[in-house]
Amino acid sequence: MNLNATLFAQLVVFFILAWFTMKFVWPPIMKALDERAKKIADGLSAADKAKSELALTEKKVVDELRKARESATELRAGAEKQGAQLVEEARQEAARIITQARQAAEAEAGVAAQRAKEALREQVAVLAVAGAERILRKEINAQVHADLLANLKQELK
Amino acid sequence: MATEHAPTASEYIVHHLTFLTNKKQVGLVDWSVFHLDTLFFSIGLGLLAVFIMARLAARATSGVPGRFQAAVEIVVEMVADQAKGIVHSPKSREFVAPLALTVFVWIFLMNAMDLLPLDVLPKLGEAAGIHYLRVVPTADLNATLGMSLAVLLLCLYYSVKIKGLGHWIHELFTAPFGAHPLLWPINFAMQMIEYVAKTVSHGMRLFGNMYAGELIFMLIALMGAAWAGTLGSGLLWVGGVIAGTVWAIFHILIITLQAFIFMMLTLVYVGQAHESH
Repeated sequence: MNLNATLFAQLVVFFILAWFTMKFVWPPIMKALDERAKKIADGLSAADKAKSELALTEKKVVDELRKARESATELRAGAEKQGAQLVEEARQEAARIITQARQAAEAEAGVAAQRAKEALREQVAVLAVAGAERILRKEINAQVHADLLANLKQELK
Repeated sequence: MATEHAPTASEYIVHHLTFLTNKKQVGLVDWSVFHLDTLFFSIGLGLLAVFIMARLAARATSGVPGRFQAAVEIVVEMVADQAKGIVHSPKSREFVAPLALTVFVWIFLMNAMDLLPLDVLPKLGEAAGIHYLRVVPTADLNATLGMSLAVLLLCLYYSVKIKGLGHWIHELFTAPFGAHPLLWPINFAMQMIEYVAKTVSHGMRLFGNMYAGELIFMLIALMGAAWAGTLGSGLLWVGGVIAGTVWAIFHILIITLQAFIFMMLTLVYVGQAHESH
């Protein structure tokens, strides 16, 4: 093996390459690596935070849900009660109206019957006279028999 | 291969182990010689690595990364973790960690040149008039020792910077055995041996692994080249295919491991420079 000036050339090249790497290769790559490490660390801590926040929120949601369900139950019970009351009131009201209507109708019917009776009674005299005329084949003076007719009318009452 | 002038096995290997130089090397050490192929591939791959990474770094997003960014990030983070565990001074890490990243990626790419088919680039070179070409820079002792020497300089720099020159020299003479004046020469000798052993073994380990790996690829290539139409040579060819496959797959592990080891030792040595005995 021969030793020669190649050795020193190699030595110098070695330092030049190392200097170049130190200047232009190492720092940007290390910077990128450190930045990524920081990003990942930040991301992980953010994820942790989000996770605990999520747990907290979930707990809150469950609480709220429970509360909502309770109040809904309460509301429904109230509403049912109120509804039942309303229905009851309505039923009573309806019954009252029906009774009233029936009474009114009955009263009206009574009045109408009375009126019909009156009318009939007014007609009775005329009818009786007309009947008698047919029977007697002559005119009867109603005035003459006014008392009789009035008695008849009275009887028909 | 089986043309009128086929090289013998040893010619083939020697040819593959010959560097492209600016001039003929005289003797074991010759400071006027450059291995042009080693320099070309190591500088080329180094620039390729840092420019691709710099381009990526310029567009790096802290959001969802693309696949390539994610792959680079895996390597960067691996290196950053190792650096953090070994070098305890954040100020030093600003330079040492990128340096370790460079070392890992660069050496990995240089080692990976071993996985290219052995003859492809040399043959292309030959077609272009280049007669010798070694494509694995880390199989060149100059390259690996150059890098380990750089690490040694780094260690010396940080030793002086962190401990102060006086304290460091004091330590050279008083550690590891103690401050007794009689022990000074022994301590100093131990320290020198330590520095030399660290540096040489650091460079030699990588070189040895890659050189041996390359040599085995050459031997396997020779098995494949033995094909001459006979049954025996045919079996050798089949053996060459199997061995080549197995060795290449195993080599994926080796090139990664060696790049990792070189990076780790760089960090360890620099880390040691920060510690007082």
